[in-house]
Amino acid sequence: MEATDSVADTNPPMAMLAELTHRCPLACPYCSNPLELKQQASELPTGDWVRVLGEAAALGVLHVHFSGGEPASRRDLVELTKAANNVDLYTNLITSGVGLTERRMNELAQAGLEHVQLSIQGTDAAEADHIAGYKGGHSRKMDVARWVRSHDLPLTINAVCHRQNIDHLQRTIDLSVELGAHRLEVATVQFHGWAAKNRAALMPTKLQDAEARRIVDAAREQLKGILVIDYVPADYHATYPKACMGGWGRIGLNVDPTGRVLPCHAAESIEGMEFDNVRDKSLADIWYQSKAFNVFRGFDWMEEPCRSCDRKAIDFGGCRCQAMAMTGNAGATDPVCSKSPLHAKLLDTVIELDAVSSPPPLVYRGR
Amino acid sequence: MTEKTPVLEADQRLSLPRGVRLRRDEVRGRTVLLSPERTMALEETAIAIVSRIDGKRTLAEIIDGLAADYKAPRDVIAGDVEAFLQQLLQRRMLEVDR
Ligand code: SF4
Ligand code: SF4
Repeated sequence: MEATDSVADTNPPMAMLAELTHRCPLACPYCSNPLELKQQASELPTGDWVRVLGEAAALGVLHVHFSGGEPASRRDLVELTKAANNVDLYTNLITSGVGLTERRMNELAQAGLEHVQLSIQGTDAAEADHIAGYKGGHSRKMDVARWVRSHDLPLTINAVCHRQNIDHLQRTIDLSVELGAHRLEVATVQFHGWAAKNRAALMPTKLQDAEARRIVDAAREQLKGILVIDYVPADYHATYPKACMGGWGRIGLNVDPTGRVLPCHAAESIEGMEFDNVRDKSLADIWYQSKAFNVFRGFDWMEEPCRSCDRKAIDFGGCRCQAMAMTGNAGATDPVCSKSPLHAKLLDTVIELDAVSSPPPLVYRGR
Repeated sequence: MTEKTPVLEADQRLSLPRGVRLRRDEVRGRTVLLSPERTMALEETAIAIVSRIDGKRTLAEIIDGLAADYKAPRDVIAGDVEAFLQQLLQRRMLEVDR
C-alpha cells in the first residue's frame, strides 16, 4: 500500500457503529463512554437515523452495530433494525441485556436482527452484579441469551476481563458454551473514558495475562467448531501495539448519540478534534472529506519511529487516543510500542501497578 | 461438556445458519458472505458452492452438481469443496443436518 492520505485512495467503510444512546442502567467502572454523557434530549431522532442507515449502505457499509450505552433504552430500536434490514445492512445488537424483554427480542428477531452480542460482567450473579453495580442484571442476561438462541440467532458473549475477574476465564468459557454462544470475545479492559479512573484496580498482571493465554489456547483446541474465542490481551503487555480500529478512517466509523461522526469511539479524548454531524453533512462527505477522518489517515502524518518503520502498514502506529493520553501528542508513536522512546516509562508504570498487592476499590460511573 | 465438534459427511444436508448470508456488494463490485463481525469476499467457485447450500442438497449432491457444471474431475472438486466448507464449519457458519 502506498503512503497517502488523498481521497482517491480511501476505501469505503465496511462497518458503522451506531451509538444510539449513552443512557444505560448499568454503571460499569470500566465503561469506555465519555465521562460527560449525552442527554436524551440531544439524541438523534428516528428519522435522522433512518436516513443515516440509508446513506451508510449507499456508501458501502455492510455491517451496522447498534450500541450505546444500552441501545434497548431507545424506544425505536425495532424500527431502526427494520430500517437497516431494508437497506440490506447486516444488523448486530450490542447489548447489556438489561432493558430487553422476551417480547422485544421477538420483535427484533422479526425485524431482521442477525446477531446479538451480549456483555456479561461475571459468571455468577454475586460477582457480576457487584461489577455492574446493578442487582438482578446477571439473571436477566441469562434470560436474554436463551431468548436469542430460541430464535436461532447467533450469539456472541462479550466479557471484559480485568484484574478482578481474569482468574474466572475458564468459567466464562464454560458458561458461553452452556448458553449456546457461537463466539466469546474476551477483551482486556481498555483504559479510556471512565476506566482510566480505575486503572490500578483493573489492570491485569503479566502473570494473569500469561495464564489467560494458556487457557484460551487449550479451549480453542477443545471447542473447534463449537465456540470461536477471540482474546484481546492488555496491550501494555505487548511488544507492538494493535492496529487500532484497523487503521484510522480505514474500516469503520462511529456515529454518536447526537449525530457526530467519529473515526473511533474515544477520538473525543484528542484535544482540538472537531467532528462533523450527520445533521449538517452526508455520511459520504464526512467519511471522505472531513478533517477528523483525514488527519491520521494513511502514513503522511506519522513521526519517527513510525515513519520509517516497516510495520506501519500493519499497526498504523497504534492508538491515537493512547498516544494522546500518555504523551500529550496524538501524532506520536503509541507508547505501547517497544520502539517508542516513552515505552520504558510506560513499563515502569505497569510494573508498579503489578506490585500493588491489594487493588484499590472501584469507582462507579454515574454514582 | 456435551457439545461435540461437528464433522462433514457425504450424506449430510447442508444449510447456512441464521445470521450467515450471501449478498451482492455493489459498491465494491463483488459478492460477500456475511456473518457476525465478518465479511468474506467470495471468488466465483466459492459463490457456486455457497449458492448450492440450501438445506436440501447433501454434500455429495453439491459436489456432483459442481463437477458436472465445471466439467472437472469429481475428486478434485470434492477436495476444494470440503476444504472450504470445513473452514465455514469451524467458524459456525455452516449447519449440518443430522
Ligand atoms: S484510537 Fe484508541 S480509543 Fe480509538 S479505537 Fe483506537 S485504540 Fe481505541
Ligand atoms: S514504530 Fe510505529 S509503526 Fe513501528 S511497530 Fe511501533 S507503532 Fe508500529
